[in-house]
Amino acid sequence: MTYQLTHLDALESEAIFIIREVVAEFERPGLLFSGGKDSAVLLHLAVKACWPQPVPFPVVHVDTGHNFPEVIEFRDRRAAELGVRLVISSVQESIDRGEIVEDLTPGASRNRLQTHNLLKVIEEHRFDAVFGGGRRDEEKARAKERIYSFRDEFGQWDPRGQRPELWNLFNGRHRIGEHFRVFPLSNWTELDIWQYIEREQIELPSIYFSHEREVFYRDGMMLALGPFTTPRDGTSEELFLAQVRYRTVGDMTCTAAVESTAKSPGDVIAETSIARVSERGATRADDRFSEAAMEDRKREGYF
Amino acid sequence: MMELLRFATAGSVDDGKSTLIGRLLYDSKQVFEDQLESVERTSQAKGYEYVDLALLTDGLRAEREQGITIDVAYRYFATPKRKFIIADTPGHTQHTRNMVTGSSTADLVLILVDARSGITEQTRRHAFLASLLRIPHIVVCINKMDLVDYDETRFKEIREEFEEFAEGLDVGALTFIPISALIGDNVVDRSQKMPWFTGPSLLEHLETVELTPDARSEGFRFPVQLVVRPRSAGAELHDFRGYAGEVARGVVAVGDEVVILPSGFSSRVVAIETADGTLDEAFAPMSVIVRLEDELDIGRGDMLASPTDPPIVSQDIQAMICWMSETPLRPGAKLGLKHTTRWVRALVRGLDYRLDVNTLECDYDAADLSLNDIGRIDLRTTAPLFYDEYSTNRLTGSFILVDEQTNITVASGMILPQNGRRASD
Repeated sequence: MTYQLTHLDALESEAIFIIREVVAEFERPGLLFSGGKDSAVLLHLAVKACWPQPVPFPVVHVDTGHNFPEVIEFRDRRAAELGVRLVISSVQESIDRGEIVEDLTPGASRNRLQTHNLLKVIEEHRFDAVFGGGRRDEEKARAKERIYSFRDEFGQWDPRGQRPELWNLFNGRHRIGEHFRVFPLSNWTELDIWQYIEREQIELPSIYFSHEREVFYRDGMMLALGPFTTPRDGTSEELFLAQVRYRTVGDMTCTAAVESTAKSPGDVIAETSIARVSERGATRADDRFSEAAMEDRKREGYF
Repeated sequence: MMELLRFATAGSVDDGKSTLIGRLLYDSKQVFEDQLESVERTSQAKGYEYVDLALLTDGLRAEREQGITIDVAYRYFATPKRKFIIADTPGHTQHTRNMVTGSSTADLVLILVDARSGITEQTRRHAFLASLLRIPHIVVCINKMDLVDYDETRFKEIREEFEEFAEGLDVGALTFIPISALIGDNVVDRSQKMPWFTGPSLLEHLETVELTPDARSEGFRFPVQLVVRPRSAGAELHDFRGYAGEVARGVVAVGDEVVILPSGFSSRVVAIETADGTLDEAFAPMSVIVRLEDELDIGRGDMLASPTDPPIVSQDIQAMICWMSETPLRPGAKLGLKHTTRWVRALVRGLDYRLDVNTLECDYDAADLSLNDIGRIDLRTTAPLFYDEYSTNRLTGSFILVDEQTNITVASGMILPQNGRRASD
């Protein structure tokens, strides 16, 4: 036999090692679970890392109220199947209570508002480590972030003051009120994620695969018709039926579909291998505001 | 089978490092249209007549404004043969700590040399750091060959100068490749303009370079991460007791005898388990659960190891460290120390010398180590470490030092050979 791991086995082992380090060294971890494919993979890895015991920490969802219903259904069902506690922080409730003010200009999304609820739920539950499914290949600012990403008592990320991270020696020491975001999937690419989903037969929300949907174009992005997104009068936005799937899952207001006939992870891999537009560039209006959009949001405490 | 290769890049913006990475990503078709469009827009706005592929890798706003790279950035690409993780580290003097950070897990390092200026102080520093960190493979890319008329003599001059310098260092396998990152010569495809060079292109080399030494020849090391004793689970798991961790070195098989440190007791492996089922054997870097024949008092930070080739056990450690904090290190300092899965406290008993990374001269009169300094120190730890010399195993030979007031990681350490006792003595 050869003593060499495949790339997926090496990535899996690294992620399991990171999750176990957090379980060993932190008192109150939580895992951000949006129902998206990256968090589905992350939860799958958490189950493996904790085996044969059940996942001991809760999964956390910041619910903007603008999510795809298929994703919410998947979130609830997956948490119930695994017997993990699901903590939901509702952006709508925070708006209703007047904690945050919604930007009602056309085209605005609730993306930025999530930061408030994320920091609030971390504070309320006194999480000292929060697992996220972020990957370094997603975006320029993420490419520079550590696996153990330190956050001060305001939840802020300081890109210039990051702790050096060497070998597999993670330093999670912190004071009360400070916390870490931990990214076990840092070294995975979109293609790795899909290959792993295929290999492990990880279930995903149905919208990741080809389906027929009523859509319209806005700013070059194909948006779904839904309760929060309708074509604006007096514009060229026209509804039509298309065979689509989603490459990422965010709010219905800012996550665009791509035309696709991919019915399975294998089909998606074939499509991804020849895709010419990056995952976020294709489908996330929230990253298109400026070249530094993600960097700015991360500094404020975003995912 | 698709393997994973981690490599680091060292060199400054002037050497064309970002351009080279941009070229690797672009020529291996890993750059998406929207990313390329964004780079084209920025190139135009800056008044360039060409598409500056370096912009693909410049991440944060501060960097774009200053035109420098301030921290380690990770890039990914894959070919049908391998998946690559690039740790892109800045070349400036003040960022030695970033090169150390980015290279600590690398299988290979790319050092860029500008064919016009040849070996510089920075090249020497990078070669030294690569040897200090025991990166198994060094690839010296002699870049901008287009600007020296693809001259073979120039290539040879630089290679000889580098080899001469490297003789004084303990470096891994050395490979030299003449390239032009801007034009693409010998990056992905072999260049027609340098028929005198018969070696592989850079990408061909990255795809084929030999990765791991023979794991069977190395003594088994398994730092315990977690003790697994299900409490809530059903009766079938009632007697389950196992040790979760990542194999740090070597191979373990069911039936093998292991020594447990620090207790020194022996036991036998009765099962190797994962969520996907049981295994007959496990090797580095697999994450598994090991179960033993005897019920012993074993906790996180303990180590299971080969009884015939055990690690060294000692509270007195000599190490080379890279100091990474703005506050200098002085002898007498007490710091937190993490080694494998074990935290102890350490007293810095002495600073033997500070090493000038450019001249390799040792200053035995040095009173302290400042940010980015490298030096040899003596440590005394509150409890014994079970370790190997860094030169024989990076995972059991490395540690970090942490300031106990600020919790910041202030140094990376590489353990040197010394007179500690073997666990079998």
